[in-house]
Amino acid sequence: MSQYVLRRLLIAIPSLLGISVVLFVVLALAPGDPFSELATNPNVPPEVQAALRAKFGLDDPIHLRYLHWLNAMLHGDWGFSFVSRMNVDALILQRLPATLYVIGSAQILALLIAIPVGVYAATKPYSLFDQIANTLAFVGFSLPTFFTGILFILIFSVTLDWLPFVYTTDIKATGIHWVLEMIRQAIMPVAVLGLFQAASMTRFVRSAMLDVIRLDYVTTARAKGLGQATVIVKHVMRNAMIPVVTLIALQMPAVFGGAIVTEQIFRIPGIGSLLISSILSNDTPVVMAVTFVFACLVVLFNLIADVLYGWLDPRISLR
Amino acid sequence: MLDKELRSMIGQVKDGRMDRRGFIKYMAAVGLTAPLANQILALGGVAMAEGPSAYKPTKRGGGGALKLLWWQGPTLLNPHFATGTKDQDGSCLFYEPLACWDPDGNMKLVLAAEIPSIQNGLLAADGKSVTWKLKPGVKGHDGKPFTADDVVFTWEYIVDPATAAITVATYRDITVAKVDDLTVRITFKKPTPFWADAFVGAPNTIIPKHLFADYKGSKSREAPTNLAPVGTGPYKFVEFKPGDLVRGQLNPDYHMPNRPYFDSVEMKGGGDAVSAARAVIQTGEYDFGWNIQVEDDVLLRLEKGGKGKTIYAVGGDTEFIALNFTDPNTEVDGERSSMKTKHPLFSDPAVRKALSLLVDRESVKKAIYGRAGRTTANFLNGPEKFVSKNTSWEFSVEKASKILDDAGWKPGADGIREKDGKKLKLLYQTSINGPRQKTQAIVKQACQKAGIDVELKSVVASVFFSSDVANPDTYAKFYADMEMFQIPLSQPDPSQHMRRYLSTNVATKENKWQGTNFPRWIKKDYDAVIEAAESEMDPLKRAAHYIKANDLMYQDTVFIPVQHRLKVEAAANNLRPIISGWANETDNLHDWYREE
Repeated sequence: MSQYVLRRLLIAIPSLLGISVVLFVVLALAPGDPFSELATNPNVPPEVQAALRAKFGLDDPIHLRYLHWLNAMLHGDWGFSFVSRMNVDALILQRLPATLYVIGSAQILALLIAIPVGVYAATKPYSLFDQIANTLAFVGFSLPTFFTGILFILIFSVTLDWLPFVYTTDIKATGIHWVLEMIRQAIMPVAVLGLFQAASMTRFVRSAMLDVIRLDYVTTARAKGLGQATVIVKHVMRNAMIPVVTLIALQMPAVFGGAIVTEQIFRIPGIGSLLISSILSNDTPVVMAVTFVFACLVVLFNLIADVLYGWLDPRISLR
Repeated sequence: MLDKELRSMIGQVKDGRMDRRGFIKYMAAVGLTAPLANQILALGGVAMAEGPSAYKPTKRGGGGALKLLWWQGPTLLNPHFATGTKDQDGSCLFYEPLACWDPDGNMKLVLAAEIPSIQNGLLAADGKSVTWKLKPGVKGHDGKPFTADDVVFTWEYIVDPATAAITVATYRDITVAKVDDLTVRITFKKPTPFWADAFVGAPNTIIPKHLFADYKGSKSREAPTNLAPVGTGPYKFVEFKPGDLVRGQLNPDYHMPNRPYFDSVEMKGGGDAVSAARAVIQTGEYDFGWNIQVEDDVLLRLEKGGKGKTIYAVGGDTEFIALNFTDPNTEVDGERSSMKTKHPLFSDPAVRKALSLLVDRESVKKAIYGRAGRTTANFLNGPEKFVSKNTSWEFSVEKASKILDDAGWKPGADGIREKDGKKLKLLYQTSINGPRQKTQAIVKQACQKAGIDVELKSVVASVFFSSDVANPDTYAKFYADMEMFQIPLSQPDPSQHMRRYLSTNVATKENKWQGTNFPRWIKKDYDAVIEAAESEMDPLKRAAHYIKANDLMYQDTVFIPVQHRLKVEAAANNLRPIISGWANETDNLHDWYREE
């Protein structure tokens, strides 16, 4: 087992290197300039823009810039943002809590809806409940978050005036009021993201359950006289969970990566909004760091998923 | 003649026969802005007066929190590294300049004790030096006194090329010297009519020497104070999250009486202009929204909610279409739009004139800019100042068609005009931005009616405005026949703005397209008039030169001005913000208050 994990970690190194090369080259070739806003300001002489480019090494050849970046990264130096001139790791750590809180809650909400609904719908396929769940699921994942987000704002903020639609990180309250306010302002973004996730996940859980529920060993379990609940939970669900675990594991990096659209709409200062504003202002070190961390997380959670398979189904052995 | 008149008027103001306000009104009528008229008076020997203050609160603090919504939040808090006005706006909560501009263009003292004038001996009569007296007893947020050393250091910091300060253009040709602890003298290389540039306004705030001395030049990025400013401003720094939040709290030792009114200030970033307008005007979650560039009918609809309103400030920003005087489709020595070529269609002035007649500025105003725009025939609308009265504009497809007919451009079989085998087909580019794409459509439609085929192109703003030498789509390369954008006018004076189009400044491959004359227009008369203006100390003659420069551009149709754009902001109904078209939004923040 530990050998397997070690081997997988070693394999991850070349793939991460490959990913970093691709990311770096794509970003370097992408058009744009972090100092473009200066160009339209008649008070800023063009030399300043040129001096800044030279100072931040933007005029060096790509391979040199990559090696510099790699070397610094290996020493734990993530570089600094061209736009805010702040260290990238500090910038990311500043944004992480909001993303973890909002996107994490949304994922939990999605699971809390998807698993019970999916399982129940699978036990009674084509029943009224199943039909309604299916319809809602289709509606749910057909509506993009930017649409439902704005719809929620119009209903709950503008018309009803119940919830704020600008997310603030510095709530001026303490104790229970702070907690309540944190929950209040997260309701809309969490609902938007969570319901969207839940919709597709419900479909997934249902079909995974249906694959297993008709197998012979389930019939055997029933024939032994086990109750419905035991059969479903202990025999069916555990086996049906393997593909679901894969799905969840691959969703986990997104919890850290943020949700670009939703974060923009509700002004959540998370990783997603950092990423999009950095992309728009061509702040390469930040884009590079965020995407690379994201790549590392994908690799890591894939490994975790593989390890979990062994625990869920002892027939899968890891060597 | 105007010259004589001006002198006698200055005389009248001096001995009290004419009041200052009347003089400024007259100047405005002649096309001079208030800031400049005030400076003319100062040079003519009448002291500049501070504008009246409408500030009502009678005690410091007690106003609660001021919640500002900047949909592009500040990303750094060092004014001299600002990549956009948003960063200057954020820095200005904590740092202060010597003086700032009020909405009427009057100078307002901040850290200076007295407005320089010839009368009080602080302004040299030849315009070659100005002396600033500093307010005594001003303390920084860390308790350290503010002195002349800080002012001199700020200048040294900026002019060090390794610092790469974006404000360097203002400071590199001046010398700043300490006279005593509370006096600094600025010396100019040549007579400078616009002397109130260095250390005035939000872009030019003063940084403390004792905190930045170790971080001058190449180490400038590492200064911890870049992210945690310590200044003299009305609010003390509390917290900064780049792009998201700037927070400050009342400075109990602030040097102006009864100010600031608010106990704390919060500047939230992120999102977009429409939802920012919504949060201020419709739901009232925020007190003030910055730069609300939203279609007017949307704003009108939101204003029905009644919690807030839009406010406008007149400055000098012009949205224009520039015409290319070189050929974008022929490559010479690896360079398109090369100075060695002539534009095949625009070399005929009739085509340029006709295009100007085909831009329906009134429709653009009605359909797009609404209250935030004014139609204009001038490229130089402001510095609202030197606005030419000799120009006019008109929209007429018939006249345009006639001009083209007379010049020999006859419609071909496909309805597109042609002459000597050259078809009137144009490529019209701009940056991606809702109002710009709509304007493009309006122009294209009119051109079609007149037999001109226009192809539209829109480029992402971050590419269009970049200095990336490898990219063909930048505005400076101008690989199109016409392009539209605006160049903001960030100070109440046209000199920086107009010298861009000197023939020595053309953008070419040789200067890596850093030349500022992107239409590549060469005109000896223009060069001469700008040169004359820059060495002209007489304010009125100088104004006349800039008006002539504008008129030369008008005659040659270098630019087709589309709209004179105003600043648009959103504010809660009970907030009393002070917004000047000549300054950043936070320039006058110390005077903001809320009506009870």
